[in-house]
Amino acid sequence: MDYAVEMLGIRKEFPGIVANDDITLCLKRGEVHALLGENGAGKSTLMGILFGMYQADRGLVKVNGKEVRIGNPNVATKLGIGMVHQHFKLVSTFTVTENIILGSETRKGFVLDVKTASRRIEELSQRYGLNVDPYAKIEDISVGMQQRVEILKMLYRDAEVLILDEPTAVLTPQEILDLGVIMRNLIQEGKSIILITHKLKEIKANAHRCTVIRRGRTIGTVDVAATSELAMAEMMVGRQVTFKVDKKPAVPGAVVLEVDSLSVKNNKKCLALSDFSLQVRAGEIVGIAGVDGNGQSELVEAIAGLRKPESGTVRLKGEEITAMSVRGRIQRGIGHIPEDRQKRGLVLDYSIAENMVLEVYHREPHSRRGILNKLAIKQYAERIIASFDVRSGQGAASIVRSLSGGNQQKAIIGREIELNPDLLIAVQPTRGLDVGSIEYIHKRLIEQRDKGKAVLLISLELDEILNLSDRIAVVNQGERVGIVEASETDENEIGMLMAGVKAEGGEGA
Amino acid sequence: MWTTLVQIMPYAIVFTIPLLITALGALFSERSGIVNIGLEGLMVVGAFAGAFVIFKFQALWPNNAAALWMGLLVAMIAGILFSLLHAFASINLSANQIISGTAINMIAGAITVFLARNMTGSGNIRITSGFSRYDVPLLSDIPVIGKLLFTNTYDTTWLILLIVAASTFVLYKTPFGLRLRACGEHPHAAEAAGINVRKMRYMGVMISGAFSGLGGAIIIVTFAGEFTGSVSGLGFLALASLIFGQWKPMGILAATLFFGFASTVANVSQVIPSLAVIPPVILKVFPYVVTLLALIVFSKSSRAPQAAGEPFDSGKR
Repeated sequence: MDYAVEMLGIRKEFPGIVANDDITLCLKRGEVHALLGENGAGKSTLMGILFGMYQADRGLVKVNGKEVRIGNPNVATKLGIGMVHQHFKLVSTFTVTENIILGSETRKGFVLDVKTASRRIEELSQRYGLNVDPYAKIEDISVGMQQRVEILKMLYRDAEVLILDEPTAVLTPQEILDLGVIMRNLIQEGKSIILITHKLKEIKANAHRCTVIRRGRTIGTVDVAATSELAMAEMMVGRQVTFKVDKKPAVPGAVVLEVDSLSVKNNKKCLALSDFSLQVRAGEIVGIAGVDGNGQSELVEAIAGLRKPESGTVRLKGEEITAMSVRGRIQRGIGHIPEDRQKRGLVLDYSIAENMVLEVYHREPHSRRGILNKLAIKQYAERIIASFDVRSGQGAASIVRSLSGGNQQKAIIGREIELNPDLLIAVQPTRGLDVGSIEYIHKRLIEQRDKGKAVLLISLELDEILNLSDRIAVVNQGERVGIVEASETDENEIGMLMAGVKAEGGEGA
Repeated sequence: MWTTLVQIMPYAIVFTIPLLITALGALFSERSGIVNIGLEGLMVVGAFAGAFVIFKFQALWPNNAAALWMGLLVAMIAGILFSLLHAFASINLSANQIISGTAINMIAGAITVFLARNMTGSGNIRITSGFSRYDVPLLSDIPVIGKLLFTNTYDTTWLILLIVAASTFVLYKTPFGLRLRACGEHPHAAEAAGINVRKMRYMGVMISGAFSGLGGAIIIVTFAGEFTGSVSGLGFLALASLIFGQWKPMGILAATLFFGFASTVANVSQVIPSLAVIPPVILKVFPYVVTLLALIVFSKSSRAPQAAGEPFDSGKR
């Protein structure tokens, strides 16, 4: 069999934790091979070993049938292995060409030869259908385009094996489709791809084979076409999972949140949300569907108090809070799971305990007369850690930066739900998480609803919106183009609305 | 007015040059990601080393310009060596770069005066003669600009302008420049591209040390003629020029020229009748007030290298 990469019996231990126990992954030439596993199952470590960032304690790595030692990323690059990291490594003030040639510059004597490089990038871009302008600056291009620049970077270095680490986490639905096409183009040219993802749908759509790992061990490699999504999910988490969320019919109560003709400007000082109205009642989940960048962020920020609206009002339980401080809003019962967990959710260099009391440190028992009570804070944090299964090295004292993305997210969700808010705003609550965690978080959100709380859910995942919401509002270019009962709609109708086709009639909110 | 300008301009240029070269060095350092507020101290070290070497060599070979060039060279080496302290603290030890730079400033002022006192008895080192001024042949006869730019010039002025041109080229047209800038903007991207970030940052700081040392020595061989244990805030002014000039070589050239001109106006105002009517305090304060205003105006659009001042930790997510 013609394998591009074989990783056999890989074991890697970090102090106190076995990240990879016994993992075997064989990548055939010309295939898209998915690597599926929960957060912390050992995917990143395994790929780190292949890319030369870590050394395996045991096991063999073969490239093109020959055993190799990959001591650092430069060796990996020479062997034709390239990696697109989840967080792009691009210099935003540089042009596309400058970013791509950085580190292996074309030169004429001592001088950079940008022209020749740009021409080659243009060629590569056309050949693989990437459609990238080599002279554009990174800060001016979309996230999807930036990802393609990362792919070009590898192609420019003649990579034969491409590792894509959670490539769709940052993309819009359209960009995800485009990426699928790009992957097919790459395969046709004889490249091989390792696709790291939690999203079973994408594995189904793009991958040929899939290796599932759990707790550092290979569970098996399956043929994607012959395996159902459910079967793969079960291999991954090691128990039965359901995609459909069990929930009773909603029993909506009094209006908790009332947004009335709200208009909000974005950072570029353009109106991102115009004349938007919405009501969320106690005991219901209202989902907001829309393509990324259609005013969702601005709406959330206006409700949470992070952005000043131009006009319109926000009321919470009848009280106007349009101009209230963030702390005032928290005290009156708003919980907010922010979109960007690293920017607005957590102080990355604080411990879990400190992060858990960010909103309540000033209340008893966390502090008394201006002095923090470390013990009470620790106990509070440990309660959240236990009930939300936040996994970390040193419990409440762990620095949040060292946690995996999924565990960071669980910590934030735990913190907000612990506040027991009357209104919980959840923005992309399951972004970048694995099936097991998603299932768990969905349950907790529904639990909030069943307790008679209002939940406002903003997500780019249409499935999530359809599964969880009782009512769905659709935004397009900052306007509410429709509001529908979740039980009476389907993906098609929402998709049409998201694309800007207005609904007939629709229920007034 | 015109005659005043013609009188002032050569002095303004002379005063600008040490600022310019020091700010340019800081540009390399900050573009590599290391904030260097130790410029003042590095200039003092350069001024001391330069003055001392020139003092000794002029005793051996009187009236030989080689002594001056020797002094400049040693000043650069001294600047490099001293800047290694800052580099080691901020790159290897991930120390706070502001504190490390402040330490450089404090050590430099003290150690040089201490050494000077031990060697010469007084804290001052006076050199017999500096570079001499000359009018550039032909160019100084060009109407208008000839009088402004090419009269009463020093060799060092042309050397520094050459270095500025070369530096601009290196920063924007060579692989070294591209890598250096990448380290200051996004060191993780640079690392992923196989670049040794620490090495590049060492280079940046060392270039800064060399240029600051040169700047300090140029003060001695042009307008000062004597080492007195300080460069009277020129290092900080160079830092302000770097920000004012928005971390770009041509911006720095303009900013230092502005400071050079404004300071010269303040210094000579008493002897020039048309300026003597303005209270000297106002003229003295003028460049600093403008700096503050400029920083306020530019702070919104300021394009400092994004990773400047941040220790590089390759494991950080």
